[in-house]
Amino acid sequence: MSKINTLEDLNKAKKRGLEAIIPSKTKIMVGMGTSGIASGAQQVYDALAGEIKKRKLDIILSKTGAMGMDCIEPLIDVMQPNKPRLAYSKMTAKKVPEVLDQIVKGAVDGVKPAYRMDEEDFICLDEKKPYVKGPVSKDQKDIPAIGSVNFYKKQLKLATRNCGMINFESIDEYIAKGGYFSLYKALTKMKPEQIIEEVKASGLRGRGGGGFPAGVKWETCRRAHGDIKYVICNGDEGDPGAYMDRSVMEGDPHSVIEGMIIGAYAIGASQGFIYVRNEYPLAVANLQRAIGQARECGFIGKNIFGSGFDFDLKIGKGAGAFVCGESTALMTSLEGKAGEPRAKYIHTVEHGLWDRPSNLNNVETWANVPAIISRGAKWFTSIGCKNNSGTKVFCLVGKINNIGMVEVPMGMPLKDIIYEIGGGIPGGKKFKAVQTGGPSGGCLPIDLINISVDFDALWEAGSMMGSGGMIVMDETTCMVDIARYFIDFLEFESCGKCVPCREGVQRMNEILNDICAGKGKEGDIELLESMSQGLVDGALCALGSTAANPILSTLKYFRNEYVAHVRDKKCPAGVCKALIRFSVSEEKCTGCGVCLKKCPTECISGEKKKTHVIDQTKCIKCGVCKESCKFDAIIVE
Amino acid sequence: MVNFIIDGKKVEAEEGKTVLQVARANNIGIPTLCCHESVAPTGSCRLCVVEVKKGKRTRIVTSCLYPVDEGIVVDTKSERVKNVRKLVMQLLMARCPESDVLKDMAKEMGIEPQPAFHPETDKGKCVLCRLCVKACEDVVGVSAIGLIARGKKKAVGTPFSEDSMVCIGCGACAYICPTEHIVMESFGTKRKIWGRTFKMQACDKCGRYFAPVDQLKFISQKTGTTMSDLVTCISCK
Repeated sequence: MSKINTLEDLNKAKKRGLEAIIPSKTKIMVGMGTSGIASGAQQVYDALAGEIKKRKLDIILSKTGAMGMDCIEPLIDVMQPNKPRLAYSKMTAKKVPEVLDQIVKGAVDGVKPAYRMDEEDFICLDEKKPYVKGPVSKDQKDIPAIGSVNFYKKQLKLATRNCGMINFESIDEYIAKGGYFSLYKALTKMKPEQIIEEVKASGLRGRGGGGFPAGVKWETCRRAHGDIKYVICNGDEGDPGAYMDRSVMEGDPHSVIEGMIIGAYAIGASQGFIYVRNEYPLAVANLQRAIGQARECGFIGKNIFGSGFDFDLKIGKGAGAFVCGESTALMTSLEGKAGEPRAKYIHTVEHGLWDRPSNLNNVETWANVPAIISRGAKWFTSIGCKNNSGTKVFCLVGKINNIGMVEVPMGMPLKDIIYEIGGGIPGGKKFKAVQTGGPSGGCLPIDLINISVDFDALWEAGSMMGSGGMIVMDETTCMVDIARYFIDFLEFESCGKCVPCREGVQRMNEILNDICAGKGKEGDIELLESMSQGLVDGALCALGSTAANPILSTLKYFRNEYVAHVRDKKCPAGVCKALIRFSVSEEKCTGCGVCLKKCPTECISGEKKKTHVIDQTKCIKCGVCKESCKFDAIIVE
Repeated sequence: MVNFIIDGKKVEAEEGKTVLQVARANNIGIPTLCCHESVAPTGSCRLCVVEVKKGKRTRIVTSCLYPVDEGIVVDTKSERVKNVRKLVMQLLMARCPESDVLKDMAKEMGIEPQPAFHPETDKGKCVLCRLCVKACEDVVGVSAIGLIARGKKKAVGTPFSEDSMVCIGCGACAYICPTEHIVMESFGTKRKIWGRTFKMQACDKCGRYFAPVDQLKFISQKTGTTMSDLVTCISCK
């Protein structure tokens, strides 16, 4: 890799990268993000490499990040000159020979691809390049186009623009997608103030959850007194079920790095830190490689693009504390101390890391910056809704058919995300609620299914955008149990510095455990409410002050479930074991004997073709009988 | 100087002062546990919360950390403030049911224990105010004790709960502890604290055992004063 000092150098790298992205021979890309690897992508990659070598095929084998549709991984993309790009889902090492046969023959007659792509989008360059010159052949036309797949139809990928599209190990491929051209533009053609104005005009709000306007933050930090300033990237994503930032750091690390260099130039910072949780080893490795490449090219170092601007970037690894996602705790941790937050009456943009002006944004925010600088604020504000420009990346998990990472324009109705992109609830069950914003967020009920998914609407509804986790729950979810789950998580993750959070969350957990165990007392609900208010007002940091949100939002929308638990000693969803009883419906039971065989405690008895009976003294309420009954004859009450 | 209102009273204060300092200077009582003049405030106990109105925004802040500001309106006794203080006191009373200091404070504030909070048995009287840790680190400068673990497992102790070899037995941690949790036993020629026994120095004039030898050695090293100049107790100097 040689230094890239001029636009000419950058264009040369772009040309190299373009040849790698759309090569003149066959290329197979394996989705090797964590989600891919977890479902077996490494075995698929190894099988492909072995088979290609054995057959002496002239095929390029490449790696890429996660496209988002995790439920169909491992995913491989096959590109052949002048043919649509084909995605094969749920790949296995076993399927490899057959898929290679097809590739060699140039036909699609065996393993069917999940979808095809006809063109490649170069968002930062405002360009689209077709893979096929002329019409798509008939046999390929039968494969659904990506634009017709419900999961992708309504998505718009900005922050995740390169995830699943480029080889995350190649800086040339990133440059070919328009990468580092924004940095060139910013450093050679724009003044720092102009960049800040552009980011302000774009309306980009912090994607870490707070939604604070990024440009305003940058401006305050630029104006803050101090020779040494820092830019920090918060990659300490720790919400259960959220992995957007991981996917970006793994699949497109350069987008974060480029965003940070631009931000540092605008703010006047010469040092940056990316704080990543160490539980993301692939993200750490990919970022490390990318920082090394950027340094070799001269994007990090002295006199970048001959502008006189110097910048260095380092990685700080988190030690497994959720609270370190909070900005002040993160900075304390970066300083080498135990990650505890401090009061923010004096903002970190003025007194942050080592008491110096520090500008912290999260992964997704930084990844948006190069696109904004390249395409302009006006373009960015044309996406999304009022005061919420651009897109937001979410992770759809839980009781939903299409589990995966999605990026949509802000303001999209929740129902489109759940039912169209997410494909609805599995097993024909009813939607009950969705938890947005992670443990500090809240549960939204079916009545709010049309809500506009943006920072302000979610906040008003008692939840929040958070970093973007979306946990979908169906009718078999008990909302008291859910609140208990999140409070339990927060009890474990509380740093323990302030009394309301350390002691209060622990007491709330005890009360919720009692309620779920059928030991709820009159007044418990009111006590939870008053404690929640105390926590909102009294806790030191955002983890503590929002810790009561799961309780407050479930109480707001599902109060009757709490009342049923406390007063009637019933769990309407049939989840809390102490409050439910399994029995057999005389009407529906055919006496098939399946439940009898499956019961682990042998507490079901009955003759063939006669109604079976459950011995309540031996029943452990595991639910195996209900799951195995084909006639819906097991009653839970 | 900045002008603002606290509990309906117009006050003038030096810039950089905290609301708590100004309140106390004006004879307005605000309860605290983790605040001490010798160490920097951390805002961990949350008892000193007050309600501050700045412009259109009203919020609860910790007065030990919040810097005074022109035009703010401070209410030290609003309902929201009382609710936080009540919660904090009830939580601490459940954590440290033995503490008389907490009982007295609660009585003065008119707060009863919350029966739904089961009293704990293994926390002693420690409210985790961290004054001891700050005093040891910032004032004495030895860091013999620190905070261990996080969340409900958080505790104060020596590294790996073993004898601290840097401890000089000065007892600053015990003196600063607001709830008398840290036990320091003195018996004539010896003093026991944090599991270690320290040899005491007798005053060369009156013969009273007045300080651990390790502490005097530490002072001698830090200040360059000879040991012979340090073996006289304060009363005899």
